[in-house]
Amino acid sequence: MSLDWMAWTLPTGVFFCVIALLLVAMTVWEIKVPTVARRGVLPLSTTRGDRFFVGLLGSAYINLAWIGLTDMNQWFAVLISLVYMAIVMRFA
Amino acid sequence: MEKTKDNRAWFLVIPVFVIVAFSAIIPLMTVVNYSVQDIFGPNERFFVGVEWFKEILHDERLHEALLRQFLFSGLVLLIEIPLGVAIALAMPKKGWAASLSLVLLALPLLIPWNVIGTIWIIFTRPDIGLLGATINGLGIDFDHTAAPLDAWITVMLMEVWHWTPLVVLLAYAGLQAIPDAFYQAASIDGASRWAVFRYIQLPKMRGVLTIAILLRFMDSFLIYAEPFVLTGGGPGNATTFLSIHLVKIAVGQFDLGPAAAFSIIYFLIVLLFSWLFYQALQNVGKGE
Repeated sequence: MSLDWMAWTLPTGVFFCVIALLLVAMTVWEIKVPTVARRGVLPLSTTRGDRFFVGLLGSAYINLAWIGLTDMNQWFAVLISLVYMAIVMRFA
Repeated sequence: MEKTKDNRAWFLVIPVFVIVAFSAIIPLMTVVNYSVQDIFGPNERFFVGVEWFKEILHDERLHEALLRQFLFSGLVLLIEIPLGVAIALAMPKKGWAASLSLVLLALPLLIPWNVIGTIWIIFTRPDIGLLGATINGLGIDFDHTAAPLDAWITVMLMEVWHWTPLVVLLAYAGLQAIPDAFYQAASIDGASRWAVFRYIQLPKMRGVLTIAILLRFMDSFLIYAEPFVLTGGGPGNATTFLSIHLVKIAVGQFDLGPAAAFSIIYFLIVLLFSWLFYQALQNVGKGE
């Protein structure tokens, strides 16, 4: 089956592979160590999946803000997103 | 009785997963792929990185359309949710009158969206429309094709007429599910009408109102057909909402790259606000 119609590029392919691998890893983690909802710095109880979602959504906004507000290299935004993701997963 | 845990049940989710993959995930992936390329034809495309995102984020017309969209969705929620709950509270609880009310309320929901726009074009025409001619007959100059405020009033009226019934039906279903014992206890305690609403009916409707608010927010934020048919986004750009602006870029100018970048930003806004509403409504009354 040709996937030409989806207009794949290497960066977007890598991006979706990383997302898919993260989802698989989260699923395996959940099966091995089921999550317990807890309350961190966010004003609500979150499970591991909730924190992952907040991390991904926030990372998307960080990257958009970087594009809209600066002219610097996008990799800085990716680095900030990784730090943000780690903070959310650990402390939220 | 203890619940049986059988992980084979996950196989039952596969059909839903396949449908969602074909209807949402694969198209979304394609849009992401388009958003980083300049597309000239099926086999003629060039990687441009985040250029389209930069262009879209600095587009003044998009900023204006976004503001209009927030104003529109805010007004929709402010009007439709209280109005829907009020109508549900006032509706007959049983008998033929309840059935008749439900059927009449459901009628606007059955009409195709583009037909709704056509109905309101005719309804508000200053020369032959029942509403337009009546208002002009009263000496008020009303023309939704020429005055931005009139266009906004017409679009809001059309939206409220079309979608408040959905809120009513959901709120009514929530009210019907409250057991009589709650009302009897409130009556014994001498609770006022307001107290019954505030401490029994409103908390018990939380689930359905969450769905109503989410549906109305998402739908109103994505609105296209009705205002496009009624005003075409005009006069000027007065009723050009995000989706109308997006279609102008994607179909009118055939700029697939910028349109894809626009779509992703649009999707992220809807996702963020839906999540915020969901969390806020789930945590109401829990002290969170």
